[in-house]
Amino acid sequence: MVIKQIKYLILKELKLEMRNKYALGGILLYVVSTVFVSYLSFKKIINPSTWNALFWIILLFASINAIAKSFISETQGRLLYLYTLVSPQAVILSKIIYNSLLLSLLSTLCLMVYTLFVGNLIQDLPLFLVTLLLGSFGFSSLLTMVSAIASKSSNNFTLMAILSLPILIPLLMVLIKLSKNAIDGLEHWDYNYLMVLLFLNVIIVALSYLLFRYLWRD
Amino acid sequence: MKKNWWKIIAVVFVLYTIIAGFIFRVPAQPILHESIRNLYFHVPMWFSMMTILFVSVFHSIKYLSNSTIESDIAASQAAHTGMLVGALGLITGSIWARYTWGAWWVADTKLNGAAITMLIYMAYFVLRGSLDEDQKRARISAVYNIFAYVMLVVFLMILPRMNDSLHPGNGGNPGFNKYDLDSNMRMVFYPAVIGWILLVVWIFTLRVRLEKVKRKILFND
Repeated sequence: MVIKQIKYLILKELKLEMRNKYALGGILLYVVSTVFVSYLSFKKIINPSTWNALFWIILLFASINAIAKSFISETQGRLLYLYTLVSPQAVILSKIIYNSLLLSLLSTLCLMVYTLFVGNLIQDLPLFLVTLLLGSFGFSSLLTMVSAIASKSSNNFTLMAILSLPILIPLLMVLIKLSKNAIDGLEHWDYNYLMVLLFLNVIIVALSYLLFRYLWRD
Repeated sequence: MKKNWWKIIAVVFVLYTIIAGFIFRVPAQPILHESIRNLYFHVPMWFSMMTILFVSVFHSIKYLSNSTIESDIAASQAAHTGMLVGALGLITGSIWARYTWGAWWVADTKLNGAAITMLIYMAYFVLRGSLDEDQKRARISAVYNIFAYVMLVVFLMILPRMNDSLHPGNGGNPGFNKYDLDSNMRMVFYPAVIGWILLVVWIFTLRVRLEKVKRKILFND
């Protein structure tokens, strides 16, 4: 039942995205221009730590911008309509899945543009891609929930950044550590950190699943 | 009087800590010298902050299940009290760091954890400020409080495994319990922790009562 609802809701999100493509185009352009600005200010980056930090900061702000709209742009009427049709769990899970697809696309594009302009220092590409995908999923689930919280207030775009940055830090630190390992090309994968990353993702999704229904009814 | 025995314990313990903390003998340690006495003031702050933040989250969960505004008042006032002791902990720690590590702020996992805690609860207050309807504010800030607290606890659990800390007992540094915290210091340290926790809980109950009185006046006018 819920699975079916989730499927329909994801299709709805996709259709809405296709109808106004400028929103998607805008966020993709945002990533490309940010990377280009940092390329013009840094030229090539040789230091792995700087390369890594800059990459994640660009991706972090792009993700906040991309996901902020997921609840904030929903009109009151549409939410009320959904309220009569589907369960709250289906709404939050479908948004999380849709947003993680969006962020995976966004982060892959970011990586391509970034390596093109700023230089490629990654020695262990598979590990970096795994980190990037898990990171996209974690970012999207956390930011979707924060977007739902922020959408309830009036000055929601500022609030989105304030509310999400402190609770994103744990995730970000694990991601930076893992991707630094990938850049250095360590002999063995550090499964401890991968497990921690998975664990964080599971916790965020579980919390959203449990708490969203309290945000939902107005 | 029967109900207030713990307040007397709080006052007696904290007074005892202040007097004994400055007068009793402490072990002579190379870098710490007399600044080791800060242990009685700096460390209990973190114990009491984590206690009172747990009280805050407990009341947030309670609010989500029963929707009474009293739980919301308790949750927000507990968070306020937590910020007070958190700030005191940062100040005492910063002064201590200046004299032992040589800087007001060093890149250390525990300091980062403390800073993130402060940031999260600042964000919590901004969120509360931006919502004006009572029940809505209570519900949404309760959700954020629970969400943020769980992330914070997870962070405080995984963080020490990722980096070493300059704090005693981490990263090969000898802990206080090894030889520094001799039985003399224990005599002051344990009462200090209990005394400060009780004092903070007392401050919290006073704040809750004050807030309720304010609301009563507001609604009567």
